[in-house]
Amino acid sequence: MATREFTAHEHVHAAPTSWIRKYVFSLDHKVIGIQYFFLALTAVFVGMFLSLLMRIHLIWPAASLPLLGDIKPETYLTLLTMHGTIMVFFVLTTAPQGGFGNYFLPIQIGAPDMAFPVLNMLSFWVTALAFFVMIAAFFVVGGAPLHGWTGYPPLSALPAAGPGEGLGADLWVISIALFCIGALMSALNFITTTLDMRVKGMTLMRMPLTCWAWFITAILGLLAFGVLLSAGILLLLDRNAGTSFFVPLVTINGQLTGHKGGSPLLWQHLFWFFGHPEVYIAILPAMGLCSQLLSVFSRKPIFGYKAMVYAMLSIGFLGFMVWGHHMFMSGMSPYTAFAFSVMTMAIGVPSAIKTFNWLGTIWRGRIRFTSPMLFALGFVSLFISGGISGPFLAQPVLDIQLHDTYFVVGHFHLIMGVASIFGIFAATYYWFPKMFGRMMSEGMARWHFFITLIGTYAIFMPMHYLGMAAHLRRYSQLTELNYLKGLMPLQQFMTYAAFITIAGQFIFLFNLFWSMKFGKKATDNPWEATTLEWTTATPPPHDNFGGHIPVVYNGPYEYSVPGAPRDYIMQTDPAAVKAH
Amino acid sequence: MASIPTTSSVNTAQVLLAGSGRPDQSLADFATRLRRARLGVIVALTAVVMIFVSYSSAYVVRQGLPTLDPRTGTLVRDWLPLQLPNFLLVNTLVLLISSLTMELARRQAVRMGAASADESHPSTSTETDRMPWLALTAILGLSFLAGQWLVWRELAARGFYVATSPSSSFFYLLTGMHGIHLFGGILALLAAGAASLLRKSAVSAAVVVDATGWYWHFMTVLWVYILCLLEFAR
Repeated sequence: MATREFTAHEHVHAAPTSWIRKYVFSLDHKVIGIQYFFLALTAVFVGMFLSLLMRIHLIWPAASLPLLGDIKPETYLTLLTMHGTIMVFFVLTTAPQGGFGNYFLPIQIGAPDMAFPVLNMLSFWVTALAFFVMIAAFFVVGGAPLHGWTGYPPLSALPAAGPGEGLGADLWVISIALFCIGALMSALNFITTTLDMRVKGMTLMRMPLTCWAWFITAILGLLAFGVLLSAGILLLLDRNAGTSFFVPLVTINGQLTGHKGGSPLLWQHLFWFFGHPEVYIAILPAMGLCSQLLSVFSRKPIFGYKAMVYAMLSIGFLGFMVWGHHMFMSGMSPYTAFAFSVMTMAIGVPSAIKTFNWLGTIWRGRIRFTSPMLFALGFVSLFISGGISGPFLAQPVLDIQLHDTYFVVGHFHLIMGVASIFGIFAATYYWFPKMFGRMMSEGMARWHFFITLIGTYAIFMPMHYLGMAAHLRRYSQLTELNYLKGLMPLQQFMTYAAFITIAGQFIFLFNLFWSMKFGKKATDNPWEATTLEWTTATPPPHDNFGGHIPVVYNGPYEYSVPGAPRDYIMQTDPAAVKAH
Repeated sequence: MASIPTTSSVNTAQVLLAGSGRPDQSLADFATRLRRARLGVIVALTAVVMIFVSYSSAYVVRQGLPTLDPRTGTLVRDWLPLQLPNFLLVNTLVLLISSLTMELARRQAVRMGAASADESHPSTSTETDRMPWLALTAILGLSFLAGQWLVWRELAARGFYVATSPSSSFFYLLTGMHGIHLFGGILALLAAGAASLLRKSAVSAAVVVDATGWYWHFMTVLWVYILCLLEFAR
């Protein structure tokens, strides 16, 4: 793989002078990354608030909440829908890729910016617009939709199907379509940047695993979001133009809707063809980052660099072949189900390779228990606990029993939700010094870590037991069912755990803003890491390297090299060539 | 990965050699921007392919589905075969010709961009502010869209509206989505034309025209595919 030298001419846009071009409509990937980060931060607190309301309602169904009043069953479904949508799209997809990927991919490969800075700005603003449209759904007649984040028709396709399915659902679909457009533009930028803008010496196999993760995530996004966009357009037509792509012959209150012949399963196929790769879009960046952090803070090279790359590639590839496992309950030929089941369990192989290599990396390392490292270790723990229930659910026979229960909620929250969020936290603690020039408080970070780790396990582990006891999900109130009465204490425990965990997140929020102003000044390389972002100033100048073009001589994980003067060798350190 | 092994890399090489002796800095920059834009187009077109792959699979699936007739309680097909208007052939011809003019415009733009970037040979040609092929392509593109509009009118006159039958829904959907994509190409051409009329950077205009050129050819191929799908999978 040939790489080449950069010229200063290539940085086409000059540093902006006006406030608007500098902070609002900025072309600088670093500013855009921070914008994505704060968008996700806003979204995560909205999503978390919605989940809190759900948890309160589950154990005190009769409680009347300030400002919101009574929570009716349809209100609960609205909370569930908007919580899922906001968290999946505007947090798990936005922060790791749009936020940290945007900020650090160009720097880690030595580029002055993304390949298409204007497109980059557009992708952020389209995503932000999508978020505003999504939030607007709360404030229109009928309120926000209640069809779940998966938007299954006919419920999602018929305005008469329920409250919130009118204008609210239109706004939901439009928001998702806008998000897809933003994500596609972003994927285009990530892929082109990775392929075309690596600095001299930065071969593909010398890229940090974070870059590999962002690159593979971008490929998944490129292939997946186009399909969701298509499905969204079909849904909009079904809702507003009278077509019947997804809606079969349906009556509502005895009245024919005028639709006939459409297939709700068609939506499910299109949706999950996007939806399953989306899981990896959320978690691959966290995998890349945690590989990085385990190596940095164990002061050891990553165990099996190439295996890690190929494992990520095969997870991405297999991710496109397993969408049917979300549809075992929807009815499919047992032979098809078998094929999807086998493919799904095959993902266990690259996942196990990764886990093995993470453990191999920290094995006998000189571990530095810094806050990013704690969250990276937490990620590995959650990845195992959340992932291990995957092969259970991959079997059609078990899935039919467990699918509509809390078991699935527990599974995907641990693996897709909390594990990815741990990646985001690890990234924040690790890169905050580079982004804002100051260190975050380690004391507060530790409190935050332990509360979040114990708290999230306390919330989501019991869900598996609820599920095995056949506690159905999505219902706002099952307190009247005798067979579930014995599980009520567990539900209460989970709600109390949620209170504490959410309270813990305010420590993080406080730490974030407090450290921006009062944190200890950061040096250029506070973690003694080797990748390119630590060779430049803190925070990095407009063109990332201050007119200097780095040249790469080493791989990204040169720690504890025998005979080297320090226990790490920077990627740009030519002396290392002689040392070897 | 520095050079993408497509036919376009030949053109990049030509651009690099356009100056005499060693290519100077801005010429190399031009080649870089050209290569990057082409790579971007390839990636963007992958997403477009995915959109139309989704629609094609939805088309095939929906075509095979029966529906319940509420009066008789039996399963019937609601897919009414659609006789395609002959005028589509005229539109297809217009689009094919536009691809030809687009190619001429693209080559002209790359030549002009290289000449403008080559500081050792200041451009003396008066060609720089005239882009006849570009204008012609934009006009042909708009004519194609106008033609598609006429086809829609004809279908509506025959009683085939968007919601009449899934076959007509897909007809409007596929032609509409293709039209929107082509319109994006026309906007890019107009932007490049305006930039060159305003005597902004010929290099930037050349990069835009070149990228749009590849995009445009793809739209032509895509249109032929859509036409075949609609005609042969009725």
